[in-house]
Amino acid sequence: MRYLPLTPADRTSMLATIGASSIDDLFIDVPAEARLSGPIAGLPMHQSEMAVERHFSTLARKNRAAAHHPFFLGAGAYKHHIPASVDHLIQRGEFLTAYTPYQPEIAQGTLQVLFEFQTQVARLFGCDVANASMYDGSTACWEAIGMARRITKRTRALLSSGLHPQYVSVAQTMARFTGDALDVALPALNPPRHPREGGDPSSSAGQTSAMDSRFRGNDEGDDDYGGTDMSRLLAGIDDTTSCVVVQYPDILGRITELTALADKAHAHGALLIAVVTEPVALGLIKAPGEMGADIVVGEGQSLGVGLQFGGPYVGLFACKEKFVRQMPGRLCGETVDANGKRGFVLTLSTREQHIRREKATSNICTNAGLCALAFSIHMTLLGERGLREMAEINHARACEAADRLTQIKGVELITPTFFNEFTLRLPKEARPVVRAMAGKGVLGGISLGRLYPGVKALENGLVVAVTEVVSDDDIAALVVALEEALA
Amino acid sequence: MTRYYTQEHEWIDVDGAHATVGITDYAQHQLGDIVFVELPAKGATLGKGKEAAVVESVKAASDVYAPVSGTVTEANSALEGSPDLVNHEPEAGGWFFKLTLSNPGELEGLMDANAYGAWVKSL
Repeated sequence: MRYLPLTPADRTSMLATIGASSIDDLFIDVPAEARLSGPIAGLPMHQSEMAVERHFSTLARKNRAAAHHPFFLGAGAYKHHIPASVDHLIQRGEFLTAYTPYQPEIAQGTLQVLFEFQTQVARLFGCDVANASMYDGSTACWEAIGMARRITKRTRALLSSGLHPQYVSVAQTMARFTGDALDVALPALNPPRHPREGGDPSSSAGQTSAMDSRFRGNDEGDDDYGGTDMSRLLAGIDDTTSCVVVQYPDILGRITELTALADKAHAHGALLIAVVTEPVALGLIKAPGEMGADIVVGEGQSLGVGLQFGGPYVGLFACKEKFVRQMPGRLCGETVDANGKRGFVLTLSTREQHIRREKATSNICTNAGLCALAFSIHMTLLGERGLREMAEINHARACEAADRLTQIKGVELITPTFFNEFTLRLPKEARPVVRAMAGKGVLGGISLGRLYPGVKALENGLVVAVTEVVSDDDIAALVVALEEALA
Repeated sequence: MTRYYTQEHEWIDVDGAHATVGITDYAQHQLGDIVFVELPAKGATLGKGKEAAVVESVKAASDVYAPVSGTVTEANSALEGSPDLVNHEPEAGGWFFKLTLSNPGELEGLMDANAYGAWVKSL
């Protein structure tokens, strides 16, 4: 396509037609003091390509890149190994440039990939059906809450205190416009029943005055459920509840059995939504769908998608078949063509915005196709056995790191169960500790002070993620860095 | 029993305070193969002209409106498994829901078979 800019004569003629004397006349409604009259003050003038490259390389070297340091950050975004073949395959032009496959006759490759992606997600989550992906885990989580509202015709959602606080934020932003009432709580930093020597189990209680404004109420935790708020959730379900939303493993890394929650929710006509931010865990632990979850959503970044500064990622969304018509997003189906040959098409599109307009199940009518492709290729390369092995390595590495770290004086493990991520309670505020470790070149975890700003009771918490890319040397470096930072 | 029609292509059979509602043969023909019908719950209160059901065909999804105000007493559960009944028997076995009228006076604005036939011809 050629781009033909306007000539000065074109401009003059267009301005004359609308009765304006100059381009500036078009901005007359913008107050004069808000208009820019010349170059932006304080900005350097343009420079040569080489100079710009040099400048930005210098800036980039100030970053502590994940790949260059012992790296233990998680909380919803995980650094896993991505086989080179994943990037090679997704960059094939047929995949990289493909647009929404409205025309099945020219989009069989894209459609088949999406169909296989859906199959993998449904099996991983233990659900009947999955869609062709959403933008990311947090938006998928909100969409699930909206879907539960449409199905139950109720508006009160009960959110676990173990749900990622940024997922809670997204839901609260959306709920301002939909009228959903979200019942939320803060997690508790309770040590297990028999705290290690040197721990101080009393210091986490009763210090929530500076509570994060996103949360009402506080959760004291319940030792019967490994410190999670299962008791609060079970007690909170009634006939006005649309859904219970629980993260698995949760933000602190804990894993709880969900069957009792599903049963209680169903007895009251409510749905159970499970949120999985680390799908690799499902290589080892039971799928939420197998425990009765009605909708299972998640973040698919862990498989095939890099950290990428926080996005683009890929939202996973699956549910029981009976709810499929209320499911948001694209859905690809298998069919046969006029000659009886197997083929793939978008199906149940009447739920979607391009047909149902303002009555669509969701305004999310697109998906993260390329990231979904990367997820699907990585899953295919791993296979069921490969995923299990990957999960086993993750768990073993995490256990080893937890064992080493809890030998440091004053450091307590507060997550009695975990997969590849656990939470430590440090003898002092974790945020400056993380900074001190970063200064020594170790990216040692995510402080709860960063996830829950201003919450005194949580500020000593440190969430540590350990994946297969972490080496013995990395763990040793973390132990030294933490000891030094606490000394 | 008296049958009335709306400009939105619903029919309503009225027997005293009770009525049955569906979509017309013309409507099902325009929609094409019907694949899904979403019906109102028993006990739901419907307002005249307000959305009562959704009918989905291979071509489109459309709202079905309540011809008059009332309370739903029954939804046609046969449509869950066989939505194509709406194509085959639109004005008999393919009915959508039954309701008790809350304001029978609203029937006065509706069309009879002749008027509806003329209306369809004019489209």
